[in-house]
Amino acid sequence: MRKVTFPHVGESYRTFKMLLNDLGNEVILPPRPSRRTLNLGVQHVPEFACLPLKILMGTYLETLERGANVIVTSGGVGPCRAGLYAEVHKKVLHDMGYQVEMIVFEPPRLHPINFIRNVHKLNPARLSIKAIIECIKRAWRKLQALDNVEKATHVIRPKEIRQGDTSRTYKKVLEWIDSAYTMDEIVEAEKAALEELHNIPQDPERMILKVGIVGEIYVLLEPASNLEIEEMLGNMGVEVERSMFLTGWTRDNTWKETVQGMTVKEAAEPYLPELIGGHGRDSIGNTVLYAKRNFDGVIQLAPFTCIPEIVARTILTSVSKDYNIPVLTFFLDEQTGKAGMATRLEAFVDLMKRKKTKIKQNKLLPASSF
Amino acid sequence: MTHIGIPSSLFYYVYFPMWKVFFEELKNVKVVTSGETTREILDKGVSEALADACVPVKVFFGHVLTLRNKVDYLFIPRIVCLNRKTVYCPKFLGLPDMIRYGLSDMPPIIDVRIDTRKMRSAVYRAFNTVGQILQAKKQNILRAYLKARLAQFKFKRLLRRGWQPPEAMAAVLNGRKSNLPADPPGQLRFAVVGYPYIIHDRYISVDVINKLRRMGVSVVTSDNPPPLALRMQRYDCGKILFWTFSDRTLRAAHYFAKQGKVDGIIHLTAFGCGPDSIVDRFIQYNSSSHHIPFMSLSIDEHSGEAGVSTRLEAFVDMVRRKKGEKMNA
Repeated sequence: MRKVTFPHVGESYRTFKMLLNDLGNEVILPPRPSRRTLNLGVQHVPEFACLPLKILMGTYLETLERGANVIVTSGGVGPCRAGLYAEVHKKVLHDMGYQVEMIVFEPPRLHPINFIRNVHKLNPARLSIKAIIECIKRAWRKLQALDNVEKATHVIRPKEIRQGDTSRTYKKVLEWIDSAYTMDEIVEAEKAALEELHNIPQDPERMILKVGIVGEIYVLLEPASNLEIEEMLGNMGVEVERSMFLTGWTRDNTWKETVQGMTVKEAAEPYLPELIGGHGRDSIGNTVLYAKRNFDGVIQLAPFTCIPEIVARTILTSVSKDYNIPVLTFFLDEQTGKAGMATRLEAFVDLMKRKKTKIKQNKLLPASSF
Repeated sequence: MTHIGIPSSLFYYVYFPMWKVFFEELKNVKVVTSGETTREILDKGVSEALADACVPVKVFFGHVLTLRNKVDYLFIPRIVCLNRKTVYCPKFLGLPDMIRYGLSDMPPIIDVRIDTRKMRSAVYRAFNTVGQILQAKKQNILRAYLKARLAQFKFKRLLRRGWQPPEAMAAVLNGRKSNLPADPPGQLRFAVVGYPYIIHDRYISVDVINKLRRMGVSVVTSDNPPPLALRMQRYDCGKILFWTFSDRTLRAAHYFAKQGKVDGIIHLTAFGCGPDSIVDRFIQYNSSSHHIPFMSLSIDEHSGEAGVSTRLEAFVDMVRRKKGEKMNA
């Protein structure tokens, strides 16, 4: 019996589970990455591979223990090495003696046949093309609902009066969206979820700092890999805006570059006119855009040894100077500890607070005036 | 007289003869290099570059800093793709920007973009742009370009005959002629694979090549096999590697393993190198399936002479004993 599994990226597993079930597959849900996941992963992959590869390896091993034998994942065409990770995983898993089938989705714009063949493989229910499109549309809407709810938590958490309310409510409303199945149900669940979140008692008077988060996609999207940095910042009274969500990224990379994608590219142009793979150029472009929108600071998240982000970080020193916006970088790996991260974040938040007070007293110019 | 600075790192080991001949052929241009890597250069680079960057980038920063006040222009081309298939490592794609925005008080940087996927004549066009920046005449540029290609051809021919880039460079540019010593029979022969800017930088590689030679091992590197043979080489990892140097390293390792003329393969890699994490694993799988001894040697800015020597000696002894047993049996 074929049992399908896939990588764990934030809350998106709820959508993929629904989509794969609709197409007639038995799904083994990937568990949320934990210490054990990382330890399993680190044992079997190259030392200098980046954190996403290690976490995914651990996730696959955990799901294989539970009987999965088909892995669905994404490919890529470079120059980021994540495009080769499916091949590395396949080699390592086969070398360890697992008989596992990998279904790798390449960008459909460049490899249309690969896409059709993969969809066919994942369609044991033999749905018609029309039905598949309907399923994908519904899944897409669900993914958007999940992203919208997450965005709402980023705005509400810093203002909550009782600490932990937002996270608790978020967990609850995720289940509502999870159990929604038809298009109408999804829309309704999303509406109800947003309403429930906005009903959390909030303090409108509080001084809120706004921080943009840029960096590599996996460590941005998977809270388990960035040690829940957004929640930590929220509890310190910081409103977070993340530059990347799964829906936005998928649209940019599978179909066309959206208007927003273009402006990021344009913003990065004077500093880095070349696509260097990964999300290096996006990190620079988004930092410029955040500075122009008067954010108080930018945090860059990147896996250790990620070359595009290293290049971006080198250039960001100039961006930070030119726009007078503080930038803090975290290179994450399996050794990163939560306490160390919290200390650095607290110091960073203090710095931004002092700067903001100075701007309010007209002693300093805001970032957008540079 | 315009002084053009070419840092002796990264692309230096692959394209320097071509660049030097081209610039010297234009009138009133003098090429200045930063010379071999030294402790001082490395220290400068380490203090300026990002801590998480790999050693070659730090070394490059050091070389650039050495040239800072000595030249009118720095030549750091943005080489994206030269073979219409693979691109260079992300650090090469962002190299001019890293220097421009990561270091202060830099002379103007000539950063022509070369991408042959868009246009076959991209290389000539790039040289033409560079010539125009230096205000050279059209026919002068063309002549310089042709001479540069000729020098590069001679350089590559020497590489195919088993010379290593620093020796071949000296021979092409200074006309020094010396013959390679022939291998005495019964000697060991190792392949050292990896990126040219790591293997041939005598400081950061802790002079691995000459160390091996002194131990009575003759060395071939991934710069030596004929390019066509490398291109024909198949490696089964589902996809081709995206980066030119990594792709070449992996193909070379497969070529040496399959040919069976070497007794061991050493992969020289830099600490924290992103692409190498994948390349190394693929070479390892392949070497074990061909039953060739394989060692991965990773170097960083703290590599000590003694540590590397010990590991090399142990590896050489192991291979020698294995070969002796095979011959006696």
